Amino acid sequence: MLRLNPNRSGPETLSANPRIAAVDTTAPDFPGRRLEIPASAPLRLESGVELGPVTVAYQTYGTLNADKSNAILVCHALTGDQFVADTHPITGKPGWWETIVGPGKLLDTDRYFILCANVLGGCMGTSGPKDANPATGKPYGLDFPVITVGDMVRAQARLVDHLGIDKLFCVIGGSMGGMQVLEWASAYPERVFAAVPVATSYRHSAQNIAFHEVGRQAIMADPDWRGGAYQLAGTSPHRGLAVARMAAHITYLSETALHRKFGRRLQNRAQLSYGFDADFQVESYLRHQGSTFVDRFDANSYLYITRAMDYFDLQAEHGGVLAEAFTGTKTRFCVVSFTSDWLFPTSESRALVHALNAAAANVSFVEIVSDKGHDAFLLDEPEFHSVLGGFLNGAAEHRGLKFR
Amino acid sequence: MSDPGPVPAAAQGRPRASIRVDLRAIADMIEPGTRVLDIGCGDGALLDWLAHEKGVDARGIEISQQGVNACVAQGLSVVQGDADTDLKDYPTGGFDYAILSQTLQATWDPKAVLGELVRIARRAIVSFPNFGVWHVRLKLLTTGRMPVTDSLSAQWYETPNIHLCTIDDFVGLCGALGVTIESATVLDAAGRPKGLKAPGRLANLLGEQGLFVLTRRA
Repeated sequence: MLRLNPNRSGPETLSANPRIAAVDTTAPDFPGRRLEIPASAPLRLESGVELGPVTVAYQTYGTLNADKSNAILVCHALTGDQFVADTHPITGKPGWWETIVGPGKLLDTDRYFILCANVLGGCMGTSGPKDANPATGKPYGLDFPVITVGDMVRAQARLVDHLGIDKLFCVIGGSMGGMQVLEWASAYPERVFAAVPVATSYRHSAQNIAFHEVGRQAIMADPDWRGGAYQLAGTSPHRGLAVARMAAHITYLSETALHRKFGRRLQNRAQLSYGFDADFQVESYLRHQGSTFVDRFDANSYLYITRAMDYFDLQAEHGGVLAEAFTGTKTRFCVVSFTSDWLFPTSESRALVHALNAAAANVSFVEIVSDKGHDAFLLDEPEFHSVLGGFLNGAAEHRGLKFR
Repeated sequence: MSDPGPVPAAAQGRPRASIRVDLRAIADMIEPGTRVLDIGCGDGALLDWLAHEKGVDARGIEISQQGVNACVAQGLSVVQGDADTDLKDYPTGGFDYAILSQTLQATWDPKAVLGELVRIARRAIVSFPNFGVWHVRLKLLTTGRMPVTDSLSAQWYETPNIHLCTIDDFVGLCGALGVTIESATVLDAAGRPKGLKAPGRLANLLGEQGLFVLTRRA
């Protein structure tokens, strides 16, 4: 694999003014800001492909201070997006991390400049497979190059360059967002003061790859997928995508959480139907999760982003020695896992912490007791929030950040 | 290796709560601005004091999740981990001091732990309750039962202290490991230095705790 080039000078550097991208002609017109990376300075992907032009859609909250030292980059998960603390433009729901991002909250927008970009390959404004291929004028579909977590981070680094931010105060994210955090800390150590990888791993496990493959096969088995060219055919593989979402959603919860929420309770009926309707509340819930997901997510994006997670293996990229990914790092790490998370279990975080210790990194590591499974990082978990708040305050003190 | 970095002025100005006398005895041995690993750091009292009063790059390991969460929530760099299993990951000579305060007797393999301490740090500071102190000896002699004292307050069947030793035992282990004793003091029940020469017969008889500074034999 090609390694990222952290060199920010030369042709990588972009001019200062953001422009509204003209690339994305097929997508709905999402609110928010856009960076257009011109074809003249393409992204060099790990696959070797040069991709350009590329649009990066992003949201910001709060104000960047004079010396640009208070920026926090939030990295979103597989099906997340840049609308961290905004009403979602499609679903109308609150932002996905409004529990901790906002004025007076943990990621206090009165103190910090919060930045979040839709990942490369995504479907909320950043270039992805549903966008027009400038070479043909038609949607990329499967002609979009396979991207990696490293490529996502590289696109974000262009955005951070563009905003004139030399060093991020903090990079934080859960799940796939946590993978990006680790990639940032490894590829751009001098640009990350503090890193908070939450409910994540340094590599995608065989079990997780297996779950992703189930999801991808569900999409590709839908006749409306049309070999990825469903936009041209005027169809939508919404059934396959919904099944993919349903299967994945189970992995985000825990048996305890499912049992507490639904048990074996029946859905709007007093007895079993002796048929295949959604007899059980848990079935009805999953069907709902599947059907609402297809309204906001692109099936091909799901293929590309799950693939990027599968390919992520920071240890293999460093000769099988994970500590090598962090040699000499001065970044302050706070690694967080949750007891009931079986998608990214604590053992993965512990292996990461051991590697960080071996690299003599400054690291905090907490395992939070929760029965809410992987999704706990998105939910109201007071212990997690108190730890995160303490870590950020400590880091801000060391960074010399002054708040009014 | 990361440098400890400057202590923020705001932090220096913040008044710290006083710390336990025995922790203070340890803190007094630490040079300012050094790198310290406190193994079994509990609620982080010593780390917090060292970080703010001596500008130390202070890190901790704590086995209880409650302790770890309390430490991180106050901005300390602490990981959940176990002295018996998690010291092997740390690079050789990565720290100036490794502190093991009142924890050695609760480890599964004190010999291996002691070896790791002097490997990962230039100096290891180890304190432990002295099972050779006169009143412990007297209790065993007169009652014929396992002694229960103020500092060793649990019954034999529920104590976490599975590898108790005397000061002389500890000195013997250091010899067997080829570890140099740079300095040794004994503390009274309150954790105050007793001013006795250690190692020595009187120290082993009168000291409630041993406090040792160890280095690898050059």
